[in-house]
Amino acid sequence: MTSAGRVGVVFVSHSERIAEGLVDLARQMAPTAALVAAGGTDDGRIGTSFDRVNTAIGEADAGAGVVVLCDLGSAILTAETVLDFLDDEQRGRVRIVDAPLVEGGVAASVAAESGAPLEEVVRAAESARGSGPPGAGVGEAGAAATAVEATPASTTHARRITLQNADGLHARPAAELVKLATTFPQRVTVNGTDAKSLLSIMALGLVKGDEVEIASSDPDGAAAVDALAELAASGFGEA
Amino acid sequence: MGLDINWAVDWVRRSADVVSEHRVELINLDREIGDGDHGENMDRGFQAVLPKLDDLPAGSTPGDVLKLVATTLISTVGGAAGPLYGTAYLRASSAVGGEVSLDGNAVAALLQAGRDGIVARGKAESGDKTMVDAWTPAVDAAASAAAGGADAAAVLRAAADAAAAGAVATEPLVARKGRASYLGERSAGHRDPGAQSSALLLEAAAEAASNGTSA
Repeated sequence: MTSAGRVGVVFVSHSERIAEGLVDLARQMAPTAALVAAGGTDDGRIGTSFDRVNTAIGEADAGAGVVVLCDLGSAILTAETVLDFLDDEQRGRVRIVDAPLVEGGVAASVAAESGAPLEEVVRAAESARGSGPPGAGVGEAGAAATAVEATPASTTHARRITLQNADGLHARPAAELVKLATTFPQRVTVNGTDAKSLLSIMALGLVKGDEVEIASSDPDGAAAVDALAELAASGFGEA
Repeated sequence: MGLDINWAVDWVRRSADVVSEHRVELINLDREIGDGDHGENMDRGFQAVLPKLDDLPAGSTPGDVLKLVATTLISTVGGAAGPLYGTAYLRASSAVGGEVSLDGNAVAALLQAGRDGIVARGKAESGDKTMVDAWTPAVDAAASAAAGGADAAAVLRAAADAAAAGAVATEPLVARKGRASYLGERSAGHRDPGAQSSALLLEAAAEAASNGTSA
């Protein structure tokens, strides 16, 4: 059930239902990534289980690494104890990330889905921490949606499109866009925001009818800009 | 006279007994400032160790017993106490290695390694209102007793008495770590359940030692 060569994500919660619910939620945007729930104790009570966390890390690890997200105190202690018992080689590719369980978990899952390497999946999860990148705060989403940022002078490729689909860049289309963006090595921006950061793209709060500028200052960024612009212009398969 | 495998096994049996006996007390302490599962979790953990004692191979050492306790608590306790005590027993096991008989210095080293394991895992400091507040006075008392030439049983007696006083001394503290820290100022006025269970376990160690040797 693991996806060869991709990073896995493990959700550790005191509650079996929270952990499973998080996998269900993240699964919407990361349908094939190795997302594994490790919630509750062995006999289904509230708590955390060494064996469940250990098994989950084993299931999620296809060799590319595992990102572990935890809820309250003892979930972290249990996960750290599991790491102590791993062999050095495996321990080196398992990261317990201090990030909000829901937002961080979704961001990590989308990054994992796209085949991003371990460090990038870790960064995706951590991007959900605190205020996030400047200008990407949820409170500023409305302003960001209407005020299309000035195109930097160095931009070499740019395309403007108007969002067609009913829900704009909400979670699933945003994830599609981010997944496509991560397949290109070049940096691409959406209204000035990194196209590879799911939370930043979602925080733009772009809705149907909004104008979007997809741009890259990389001389080799034309293909990436075209691909993203076409995906956005296509309406992401939505009406 | 040093403490051998019989002491270690007796310590575990006494620990299981004392945790069962104080199960409700620990639950109530934890209910006041935590999630109320400490007594039940500890009882489940030590009850799970008991049948495994009979399966220890001949020639097992005190370190083997401590390791058995560690792995069993880690996989059965479920709350923070599992990884915390589990790490303590595991480090204690490493500290005594394959020694078949522990003298006063070895026992002091065992306790210090256990305390260091709890600190490494939980990152609590003295005064945070955690089990560290029972362990650190116990380790200090054990070290000075051992330095003064006390035998293993006397070292454990000094440690147990200091742990009991340390647990009582958590009552006025405001919690800065663990579930009780969510209560802030309201955690003052209650004894920390982890410090209390630590004191009970160290008392069991001291009783097992005095029963088996000098007393």
